[in-house]
Amino acid sequence: MTIWIAIALTFVGCYLVKLAGLLVPAGALERPLVRRLAALLPVALLAALTAQQAFGDGRELVLDAKAAGLAAAAVALLLRAPFLVVIAAAVAVTAGVRALTG
Amino acid sequence: MAEQTIPPGAGDHDRGGGRGVEPARPGAGPGAEPKPDAAVVRDALGVGVAVGLSGFAFGVTSAGSGLTALQTCVLSLLVFTGASQFALVGALAGGGNPFTAAAGAFFLGVRNAFYGLRLSQVLALPRAVRPFAAHWVIDETTAVTLAQPTRRGARIGFTVTGVSLYVLWNLTTLLGALGAEAIGDTDAWGLDAAGPAVFLALLAPMLRTTRERAAAALAVVLGLGLLPVLPGGVPVLVAALAAPMVLYVEGRVADRTLRREAR
Repeated sequence: MTIWIAIALTFVGCYLVKLAGLLVPAGALERPLVRRLAALLPVALLAALTAQQAFGDGRELVLDAKAAGLAAAAVALLLRAPFLVVIAAAVAVTAGVRALTG
Repeated sequence: MAEQTIPPGAGDHDRGGGRGVEPARPGAGPGAEPKPDAAVVRDALGVGVAVGLSGFAFGVTSAGSGLTALQTCVLSLLVFTGASQFALVGALAGGGNPFTAAAGAFFLGVRNAFYGLRLSQVLALPRAVRPFAAHWVIDETTAVTLAQPTRRGARIGFTVTGVSLYVLWNLTTLLGALGAEAIGDTDAWGLDAAGPAVFLALLAPMLRTTRERAAAALAVVLGLGLLPVLPGGVPVLVAALAAPMVLYVEGRVADRTLRREAR
């Protein structure tokens, strides 16, 4: 039951914030500053999420095989590799480093 | 992904965003040329399929966290925003109560509201469609949509990414939930690296100018620095403040330059 409550709350909350963004009147976004801000916010959020998922474990900072996987993904991106190859490189290198280091 | 170009009317154009500080990207196409529909569909499917397949990692993780296959699938069907889903099952596995677990997932989901702000400008959807489109407002659909040079391309990109990602994400969630026991330790397979790699691939094409890079760097520092001291989900929201902070500093610098040039 506990889990269903959490699922229901998460669903309602996440859906409402998605909808809220779309429903804000267009006029509110005409100001140049607001437009620049809306363009820059996803950059900040994605950067923070990338870093947290790669170097965070709950509330602890960790440096493990995922860092090597992320570095591999970065190299693949610099080489202009397709999306799937970028992800595959990260997964394969992470698994490889874990296999080697036990 | 790396071939994606700059959307029209992106806030960058009103203050010299294209003032030639873009990184030299060999082979990158010019920004404002129309893009064939087929190319948009190909880009969108590339993201939709790749990220959709990572629903498998979620299914495995969720089942491994003690949720039933039904609960796991309902999460993917109804919540459909990967980072929040991972955060929720992680918190529940750690013995968190349903309210704090849901709060963490919710805070992670708040960024989708900011994506929606941008998307409603670019897509210009009829009001009646918005409640349905809202379900697909996530990192990946936003990145693909904003990368298209025309409104038509943006709408195609949003729809194709949304449909392909939603269908595959849910199918692979089911497979992962059912197959979790067979796989064993998913970390040994490196599947936990898929999440950050996806986010990095989405972020990379956005880092065009000093402004974007400064915001990203500051967000990383805030996100990691606050991780140990604030509750789950909150550091990401604080890291979002990197955007207004960078714009503020940029504005101050521009003012000073203007005053100097005014003589």
